[in-house]
Amino acid sequence: MLLIPCPWCGLRPEIEFSYGGEANIARPADPAALTDEEWGAFLYLRTNPKGRHAERWRHANGCGRFFNAVRDTVSDFFETTTKPGELPPSGGKS
Amino acid sequence: MGESVEREGALDLLATATRLAASGPEARLVLRVRPAGVAAASSAFGVDLPTMPCRAERAGACAALWLGPDEWLLLAPAADEGCVAAALEDGLAGHPHSLVTASHRQTAVVVDGARAAALLAIGCPLDLDLAAFPVGMCTRTLFAKAPIVLWRQGVARFRIEVWRSFAPYLWQVLDGGLREGLAE
Ligand SMILES: [Zn+2]
Repeated sequence: MLLIPCPWCGLRPEIEFSYGGEANIARPADPAALTDEEWGAFLYLRTNPKGRHAERWRHANGCGRFFNAVRDTVSDFFETTTKPGELPPSGGKS
Repeated sequence: MGESVEREGALDLLATATRLAASGPEARLVLRVRPAGVAAASSAFGVDLPTMPCRAERAGACAALWLGPDEWLLLAPAADEGCVAAALEDGLAGHPHSLVTASHRQTAVVVDGARAAALLAIGCPLDLDLAAFPVGMCTRTLFAKAPIVLWRQGVARFRIEVWRSFAPYLWQVLDGGLREGLAE
């Protein structure tokens, strides 16, 4: 079983977590000013990298909190996990 | 209503034959408050709210279980529900918080016996070795398909808080484990 390090609870089994998608997607300040293409890009276009990926997870069946992670999408290796607002120590995409 | 009473009766019946026990009525409150309000909540409740993740603290008949960085499950005798809630509301005046009474939402099952951890392992994905899950540790987790709060009260004693509607399911899975001979 894949173990994910929750920033509060420590190493916990993957089954307790839910995936929250790519991290650091800023919501446009004024959505009404956007074209349909720009709004569509905000909603749906993601980097989908092969390799390091900054993403959000929620420890849904644990402490219940969202946090940020840098995970390798090839190996599933979790490089870092950080509380919201913290920067990854390794300087991952923030 | 009648059905749930009957089911509880069945749980008690099974409890005499196994090392599972359904707990009686209890006051349960879920408190959410920021760090600034923790000291006030602790003195109002009479138990130091643990700030270390996944730890439970007891004082007398009351207990505070860490559920999240700003969230605790508070347990107290059933008769004290009203005065505990009132004391917390008083003590937390001025601190933004949320205090929800959940006494009847949940019930508890106690798993007690030398092989309690082995029995729980049939449905719980956590490492229940004493080094990884020491006495006094508590956490939300899963048991089979049911969300639970698991609290290790002793080396071989666990308390499971479970939503009422999941209780018969939880009991049946645990009882099935006992019948398969996981416990002596
Ligand atoms: Zn957690």
